[in-house]
Amino acid sequence: MTLMDDRTSGNHVGRSLRRKEDPRLITGQATYVDDINITGLLHAAIVRSPEAHAKILSIDASAAMARDDVHAVYTGEDMADLLAPLPMAWAPDGVEVHNPEHWPLARGEVKHVGDPVAIVLGTDRYAVIDAAEDVLVEYEPLPVVTDIEQALEPGHALVHEQFGTNEVHKWSLGGGDMEAGFAAADVIIERRVVNHRVSGAPIEPRGVLADYKAGAITVHTSTQVPHFVRLFMGLMLGISEERVRIIAPEVGGGFGAKLQVTGEEMLCAWASRKTRKPVKWIETRSEHMATCHHGRDQIATVRLGAKRDGTLTAMHADIVADMGAYLMLLTPTIPSLGAFVMGGVYKIPAITTDITGVFTNKCATDAIRGAGRPEATHMVEVCMDQLADELGMDRLELRRKNFIPKEAFPYETALGIVYDSGDYHAALDLLMEKLDLPALEREKEELAAKGIRRGIGFSTYTEICGLAPSRVTGPAGFGLQTGLWESAIVRVTVTGAVTVYTGTSPHGQGHETTMAQVVADKLGVDPQNVEIMHGDTGTGAMGLGTYGSRTTAVGTESVARASDKVVEKAKAIVAHALEAAPEDIELRDGKFSVQGSPDKGMTLAEVSGMAHVRPELLPEGMAPGLDETSFYDPNNFVFPFGAHACVVDVEEDTGKVKVVRYVAIDDCGPAINPTIIDGQVHGGIAQAIGQALYEHVMYDEDGQLVTGTFVDYALPTAAELPSFETDRTETPSPVNSLGVKGIGEAGTIAASPAVLNAVVDALRPLGVTYLNMPLSSESVWNAITEGSRA
Amino acid sequence: MSDEVAISVTVNGQVEHVRVEPRLLLVHLLRDELGLTGSHVGCDTSNCGACTVQLDGQSCKSCTVLAVQADGSEVKTIEGMGTEDDLHPLQEGFWAKHGLQCGYCTPGMIMAAADLLERTPNPTEEEIRHGLEGNLCRCTGYHNIVKAVQHAATAMQSAEVSA
Ligand code: FES
Ligand code: FES
Repeated sequence: MTLMDDRTSGNHVGRSLRRKEDPRLITGQATYVDDINITGLLHAAIVRSPEAHAKILSIDASAAMARDDVHAVYTGEDMADLLAPLPMAWAPDGVEVHNPEHWPLARGEVKHVGDPVAIVLGTDRYAVIDAAEDVLVEYEPLPVVTDIEQALEPGHALVHEQFGTNEVHKWSLGGGDMEAGFAAADVIIERRVVNHRVSGAPIEPRGVLADYKAGAITVHTSTQVPHFVRLFMGLMLGISEERVRIIAPEVGGGFGAKLQVTGEEMLCAWASRKTRKPVKWIETRSEHMATCHHGRDQIATVRLGAKRDGTLTAMHADIVADMGAYLMLLTPTIPSLGAFVMGGVYKIPAITTDITGVFTNKCATDAIRGAGRPEATHMVEVCMDQLADELGMDRLELRRKNFIPKEAFPYETALGIVYDSGDYHAALDLLMEKLDLPALEREKEELAAKGIRRGIGFSTYTEICGLAPSRVTGPAGFGLQTGLWESAIVRVTVTGAVTVYTGTSPHGQGHETTMAQVVADKLGVDPQNVEIMHGDTGTGAMGLGTYGSRTTAVGTESVARASDKVVEKAKAIVAHALEAAPEDIELRDGKFSVQGSPDKGMTLAEVSGMAHVRPELLPEGMAPGLDETSFYDPNNFVFPFGAHACVVDVEEDTGKVKVVRYVAIDDCGPAINPTIIDGQVHGGIAQAIGQALYEHVMYDEDGQLVTGTFVDYALPTAAELPSFETDRTETPSPVNSLGVKGIGEAGTIAASPAVLNAVVDALRPLGVTYLNMPLSSESVWNAITEGSRA
Repeated sequence: MSDEVAISVTVNGQVEHVRVEPRLLLVHLLRDELGLTGSHVGCDTSNCGACTVQLDGQSCKSCTVLAVQADGSEVKTIEGMGTEDDLHPLQEGFWAKHGLQCGYCTPGMIMAAADLLERTPNPTEEEIRHGLEGNLCRCTGYHNIVKAVQHAATAMQSAEVSA
């Protein structure tokens, strides 16, 4: 079994090593939460509200309790001993945020379909599901709020009476002189841009296994953020943090859906303490669709102003964002993340984003892959095409004219955000080289004769990621009540094996491989002998988890820094042993030796052996061992960028959209593992195509969820997607020593406007100039029919 | 439970005699009773294919079959395909071509692909995409899954030629 086909010594960074995590995954030996069982465990089923908004009049669990195999039923009243409600981590200075108490089991009222009301525990997986149906809950329905625009009208029904309004908060970010900007414009376009509600829908639903024993609790949970879960579980249950251990075992995808501190995690932990038995809850897909936080759901009014020659003068986005019924960990912050990159890759002297959060009787929204940045990019890039049309200007010419030039980096935008590095022209040039636009345009006519409308759409984007830096995101800045650093431990054992502990918590991104590549190069060892440990608060490094494309830019940088410390100590040991100066020691071909005399030297294993077995041979006063920790908080975000093109064919008769080509140029700095980067881009694009064409979480006006399963919520299948054409430019970031930027979300952030612009391009000859997502056959067909009528 | 039924199923070549509730799903027999947790559950409407196994040589979603229906049958799961030291060409293909990320869909994807290659040893891209339509992957966008299946098809064909 070889890890890679073309290994040469050293220099593993930049190569497409096969993933170290794959052998267990392809043989069925990986351990996800539901694969773990503990003797004596109780299965949990959760009784959930069928009502969107109602008073709970009574709960009768007697029939359920009478069933075989049922151990206990608990309701919100039983959980009065919780010390705090579920957390929301944002408290910005000077912004009032209405934040209702949110408990793992509803207290008095339910606020959306799926709101948990009771938990049934029993010894059999099927029996608890039956018993949950026997829990009789009497509800008194209350008026339901579903439409975010109507919800703000005075006198409208309220989700939370106590606030006297459905408004959650208002927040703005702006810079430059807006009045002057729009006054200077010859043309101002205004569009209503909808980013509809979607589900993260990892194929592994959520799951929790909590085991309380003798005052300490161990919880396996399918999460992206074990350290957050530990912190809040300790606070809510009143267990001192050192006695709370959270383990994210193999996690079957996250996409933001598992960037959460969930009621179910607390519920299982509480129930395990209550019953003194292990408690396991495995989410069904229907539960996931109804109760795992959703994403997007913003309606924006976007204005973009420009001079006749295309020079942009001002941009304004007025966003109304559906928060759902409760504020979860980051709910109200999500639209704001987009505001940081409003204006995209363009020089715009004045930019403002105004956000209004609104309560509705729906599941909460929160971070889903891209979290605010896909929405903002969609607004910018869709409006750039609309503006080009209005100006009668080529859409690429308009983009190029306004690109921030590469000489301008680091570039401070009108918002005061400093873009680290970029070369937008280079990315677009490479895209155009691959695309062959003239040939595609030529085919348009031929296809039109057959009733097929060909369209080509573009998106040139940047995004803000590598979430950190604490001084900007934290209490004194944006207002998150935490720092966003990372830490790492690099431990060399007596035999020279290397174990790395990271506070990040990857779940499919391949960091066991990419981090090993970085460490292998730093330490002069084989990546096969570098093991990356993550996702366990009980072993090793502290950290904040995996999301916001931060694991490479923040987590791996922290690993690199801990490795550097190991090298420094190793050099001091070798220098002492060889009677040389530490600065004369170099690491080459896996050996530490004095520059110029490579035959006398020590491998890392020999150094580590000495550091552990013969500490008396170490320099005077040096501690034994070869084990270093590094905490890292960057001084800025990183800003990946790129240029994407989507080619669609639209059937005139049916409105059916087919993506026939998708070409993506992305720049995330120097590639650590090109194949893994491509994979992240593929998945990201697929998720955005899903949103643009198929996926839509829908509620009816009574607040009933219409898309409660994979039958109604249509993830794209292999048959609906093309193969993707990807390539890269590599512009290093000055922010970290590796020069790297994140790539996990880039595809999702970039792709939806490319699809939408392509469909509009296809339909322009039919009189359609604008439409919103999702571009279902029905909505496209309607647009065609209306367009040709107009 | 009193109404349990005795069945025998051959799983990955091993004969298993078990007593099951009549309503027990095959996927839960495999996972919870026999400890073969490589087959996963991703939905409750037989859409995702994470639970795909082979039942008497044909791919089937094991969440749609009752354990009692498998009485007397042969079942093959991902655990029966190959080990890390002796990978099936499809497992090798998924590894070589980066056909997986979180890995949750992968066992089902491999089992469905095995069935596809059985029926269509040399599939076109289109045939692979349609052949795997019943298996959802949220991570890869399917691009590298297609490449993985092509890689395996080529390997299996050349193995046949040299055999
Ligand atoms: S679990 Fe989804 S198809 Fe079987
Ligand atoms: S690899 Fe994650 S769902 Fe396919």
